[in-house]
Amino acid sequence: MDASNYLYISALLFTIGAVGVVVRRNAIVVFMCIELMLNAANLSFVTFSRINGNLDGQVMAFFTMVVAACEVVVGLAIIVAIYRSRRSASVDDASLLKR
Amino acid sequence: MGISTSLVYLIVLPFAGAAILLLGGRRTDKWGHLLATALSGSSFALGAYHLIQMVNRPAEMRPTSQKLFEWISVGSFNVDAGLLLDQLSICFVLLITGVGTLIHIYSIAYMAEDRDRRRFFAYLNLFIAAMLLLVLGDSYLSLYVGWEGVGLASYLLIGFWNQKPAYATASKKAFVMNRVGDMGLSLAIMIAFATMGTVSFSGVAEQAHHTSEAALTAMGVMLLVAAAGKSAQFPLQAWLGDAMAGPTPVSALIHAATMVTAGVYLITRSNFVFDAAPIAQLLVVIVGAITLIFGALIGTAKDDIKKALAASTMSQIGYMILATGLGPIGYAFAIMHLITHGFFKAGMFLGAGSVMHGMNDEVNMRKYGALRHFMPITFITFGIGYLAILGVPPFAGFYSKDMIIESAFNSGGVQAIILGSLTLIGAAITAFYMTRVMILTFAGTKRWDEGVEPHESPWLMWLPMAVLAVGSVTSGYLLYHDKALYKWLSPLFEDHGEHEELLKPIVVSALALTMVAIGVSIAIYKYMRENVDSIAPVDVSFITKFVRKDLMQDQFNEKFFMRPGQLLTKGLVKTEDVVVDGSVRAVARMAIGSGSGLRGLQNGFVRSYAALILIGALALIAAIWVVVS
Repeated sequence: MDASNYLYISALLFTIGAVGVVVRRNAIVVFMCIELMLNAANLSFVTFSRINGNLDGQVMAFFTMVVAACEVVVGLAIIVAIYRSRRSASVDDASLLKR
Repeated sequence: MGISTSLVYLIVLPFAGAAILLLGGRRTDKWGHLLATALSGSSFALGAYHLIQMVNRPAEMRPTSQKLFEWISVGSFNVDAGLLLDQLSICFVLLITGVGTLIHIYSIAYMAEDRDRRRFFAYLNLFIAAMLLLVLGDSYLSLYVGWEGVGLASYLLIGFWNQKPAYATASKKAFVMNRVGDMGLSLAIMIAFATMGTVSFSGVAEQAHHTSEAALTAMGVMLLVAAAGKSAQFPLQAWLGDAMAGPTPVSALIHAATMVTAGVYLITRSNFVFDAAPIAQLLVVIVGAITLIFGALIGTAKDDIKKALAASTMSQIGYMILATGLGPIGYAFAIMHLITHGFFKAGMFLGAGSVMHGMNDEVNMRKYGALRHFMPITFITFGIGYLAILGVPPFAGFYSKDMIIESAFNSGGVQAIILGSLTLIGAAITAFYMTRVMILTFAGTKRWDEGVEPHESPWLMWLPMAVLAVGSVTSGYLLYHDKALYKWLSPLFEDHGEHEELLKPIVVSALALTMVAIGVSIAIYKYMRENVDSIAPVDVSFITKFVRKDLMQDQFNEKFFMRPGQLLTKGLVKTEDVVVDGSVRAVARMAIGSGSGLRGLQNGFVRSYAALILIGALALIAAIWVVVS
């Protein structure tokens, strides 16, 4: 099967993720969309690895997973902390960082 | 040329005095004036020792030099700080330290009541040190240091009583006008370096033969500007009258005997430049001739005794400058007149100070009168100075001034007749205004203010006056006899052989004495016949009014230099404000404007930030796409 199909899927997943980050208010959903984008990128890495016939892309995918795992830990902790103090998981409510 | 190791002490002694008195502060109040006088005196003694040494050597061995240290060493440009004592500088050294010491002694009494006497003596010592550096420096650059030093000392001393705003202004005026001259000197040094690659006197003298006349003319003109600034010559003469704001000993030392003659020294020292640049030399003569008449005319209308003497100084230095402009036939006579003038003019200034001392600091001669009965010693010493400046034989001025008039007549061509006549007319006007000063001060009736009780000054004051009076009688004959000074100085100048004589010396003397007699007679006719008003008459002719205003010198400067200068400054300030500051401010405004415009994006919503990042990333990709394809 043509490897470029995986790239289309990757682009599709990334777009879904990006649109989700911009349009959804729920912090958990935004977070999941970010994960979606990361994994779309992973898919591209692996695909390119396959196309080019070397393993660099695969190695990079592992790196991305490790970073994503760390990010999940930190991100979820922040979301939980915000939820505890504000009783809301909406990203628009936490908008104190403005002029 | 010999090497000497003790030249530097000539300068170090008075400089140390200035340093001790200025740094020691009030602690040195009690004995500061004695120390300063002693140091100035020891500098004189050292100078006299050097003179004796020099006289005992053959002519070509007389100059001595001392290298102090390597001053500037940049690439091929090397300047050593060194001193040079030759036949010319020794004359100045003795004049400066000799008259300087006498004036130190005089000032002990004259400034006795002043609570800042110590500071006064510190400045006097500073002046002596700077002036000695000026005449002892072996390059234009060391001369320049001394030149600035005397300018500073002059500024400090003119404004010594700076609690009076007018005096402070006078010192500033002197300083600023001197700066114009100083600019000339620095340009001359730059020209010397650019065209000859050296700034030492010996180096420039050597190179002068291989340098283009245009460069030498430019350098000569710049040196003339410098001399005009320092010596109060036309067109930079206006500061000297106001400089009389300083204490009288200062006027005697700096503004009569020594500093104002620095211009004559500079031109004489640069004889190798002027001898090779006829145009510059002609300009020197013209400046001298204009100033000698200009100063004499101003002198006729002054009621302030010190300002009358200042105008006379200007005029007499005009004679010297004129003589230097005549070339090798004139240098020695310029120096001779400089020395005799140092004696008689310093003596007269001290006399004026003595009169002021006895008259409660009154300077208006219309309020003097009949003082010969009350101040006999002052009268006699001042009278000797008067006879000397008039050029009555056998007083000093007779020899020195006659020699200048004679050289002017012998300088050849049409120029000779014009210059000779001008010097004769100058002599007549000098006789007129000096007789006027004598009559108004010492003869006639009492026109004193109430409560004034004139008295003779203490011995500390009349002793220096007496010594200077002796100099005013004898110096002329001693220097003239057997052509003593001429022979002494002649190794320094290139003489071009004998000159034709237009008039015989005896004829010149007769003419000069006739002119003097005319001047004196007019003055006696005008001021002795009837009583002089104690207030200057107002309904006088247009010419008198014109002369009273110093021939409009200040108005001229104000209209043609000060106002345009101010306009230029204002224009530059405006330009600076609009162009330089304006562009800086525009950059700042742009940063502020773009900042506050973009601030709207900072709204605190995470999603809008994410959207912006996304848009940015897309834009970046689009840009790369466009560039790559």
